[in-house]
Amino acid sequence: MSAVMETGLSPVPATVAGPVTQVRVVRAEWTKLRALRSTRWCGLSAVVLIVGLGAAIAGSGTPYHVSAGSPATTAVSSVLLGLLFAQLVVGLVGVLAFSGEYGTGMIRATLAVVPSRLPVLWAKLIVLAGLVLPVTLLCAVVDFFTATAINAARGGSAISLTDPGVLREVAGSSLYLTVVVIIALALGALLRKTAAGLSVFAAVFFVIPIVANALPHNITAFASYLPSNAGGVLWGDPLSMSTTNPLSPWAGFACLCGYAVVLTALAAWRLRRRDA
Amino acid sequence: MIEIDGLTKRYGDKTAVDGLSFVVEPGVVTGFLGPNGAGKSTTMRMIAGLDRPTAGTVRVNGKHFPGAPAPMAELGILLDARSVHPGLSARNNLLALARTAGIGRRRVDEVIELAGLGEVAGSRAGGFSLGMGQRLGVAAALLGQPQTVVLDEPVNGLDPDGVRWIRLLLKSLAAEGRTVLVSSHLMSEMAQTATRLVVLGRGRLITETSIDDFIDHAAAGVLVRTPETERLGQVLAAPGVTVINDGTDRMRVSGTTAEQIGAAAWRAQLPVYELTPVHASLEEAFMQVTKDSVEYHAGATR
Repeated sequence: MSAVMETGLSPVPATVAGPVTQVRVVRAEWTKLRALRSTRWCGLSAVVLIVGLGAAIAGSGTPYHVSAGSPATTAVSSVLLGLLFAQLVVGLVGVLAFSGEYGTGMIRATLAVVPSRLPVLWAKLIVLAGLVLPVTLLCAVVDFFTATAINAARGGSAISLTDPGVLREVAGSSLYLTVVVIIALALGALLRKTAAGLSVFAAVFFVIPIVANALPHNITAFASYLPSNAGGVLWGDPLSMSTTNPLSPWAGFACLCGYAVVLTALAAWRLRRRDA
Repeated sequence: MIEIDGLTKRYGDKTAVDGLSFVVEPGVVTGFLGPNGAGKSTTMRMIAGLDRPTAGTVRVNGKHFPGAPAPMAELGILLDARSVHPGLSARNNLLALARTAGIGRRRVDEVIELAGLGEVAGSRAGGFSLGMGQRLGVAAALLGQPQTVVLDEPVNGLDPDGVRWIRLLLKSLAAEGRTVLVSSHLMSEMAQTATRLVVLGRGRLITETSIDDFIDHAAAGVLVRTPETERLGQVLAAPGVTVINDGTDRMRVSGTTAEQIGAAAWRAQLPVYELTPVHASLEEAFMQVTKDSVEYHAGATR
């Protein structure tokens, strides 16, 4: 104490804290995501919805026979039906990444240690995409092999990953959900509240497409460009008019990515500008 | 060191902080005082870069904090509102913050022990009492061994043991040469820990001083009991001296010392039964300097 008084300033002891890097912020966000119960429950639900529903569909109704009029892709997209529900779960995980922090106040601690802020958004994006892509890809692949095995065992056609469009649908379902989680992340960052974020997400992905379907045909042209319908072409979403959509599978996916880019840019702008 | 210059924050048409300027020096504990709504928390949020100032600048250790390459080495902050994730354990809350600066598990366990959270480190923070939540928040602020520590109402919800812990902690941080800014509405708490004071009222700086000067300048005086209040009052009359007599045999004299009053009474041959120097408590001093700036008077109608 006296030494401090004499010199006025004593050298502050060495610190353990190093510079903030993007890799470090990614590790921090992974620490949070991995430890949260909501992540585990949502992951488990997604697996059950995709694989379980696919197996149930393959095991019920008439076994699927591939022919000129009913291609393998139709069979595959029908057993991927669980995606429609899994995307809600994925959306919840995405929205919660920010809304969970705003709701609890943890965002203040997070942004006080990364005051430049944007690395937090990129880290959450990397961590969520890095989790959703492999997990849903695994789900889709397991779903595909389970469902086709059940179908073949019941006397249906053997369907192969190498059949035209099949690999695109299986891998595309995972790509679709990965972009969906990014859109949900951006919504959570923009709206900051779980209820608001999830409501908007559900409106865009469930309500508006269904309402659009019921509208007169001359004003439903925009429906093809809704995120779920445009992205649905890639994995053959049976409910999204994927057969009548003028967009090609990859053009539809590019359209979906466009939504993600615009929303993420808005989220980045808002995160930097607004008070936490 | 924290340098605040012309800091202003407006939310809509309400001005929370108004042209605030002061410096918090390293090596001492600086108390940050003000009635509720004075702008203390808003100022602290602006120090941490969480709120963007409407005008003015904040520099932490000479730097613009949001641009600092290693923010956890510069500033550790505890904000009044809870800022932990209730779904994460105490350890994971700290680990998630530590990772951003490459701080390892050893340091995380160190601050857990330091904050006395060893037994509950694995439990979800959502189940913590207010006191344990405060300890976790303080642990988070100390995680990076920052040069500057800012704590908003750290003794809130703490038991006497915790209060003593904070008091010793603040003093040892200052003794290590760190800059320590701590807000409290418990004036007696400030008297025990702070050396310097920054007093705020309605978003404006009221005074920036040492705690000793703050008390000395406010309401100090001498209590005198004498049957000859009127005559002693005449004897003592001089520029700068005020005498307050409530009609009994007691009077309160300020602007002079007990020695001078005693000598004057002896020369005038006036009996004095009691002669007591009175120091204003920090509470009284605080009430005096902030009485014009208290935003919400109890019972006031708006």
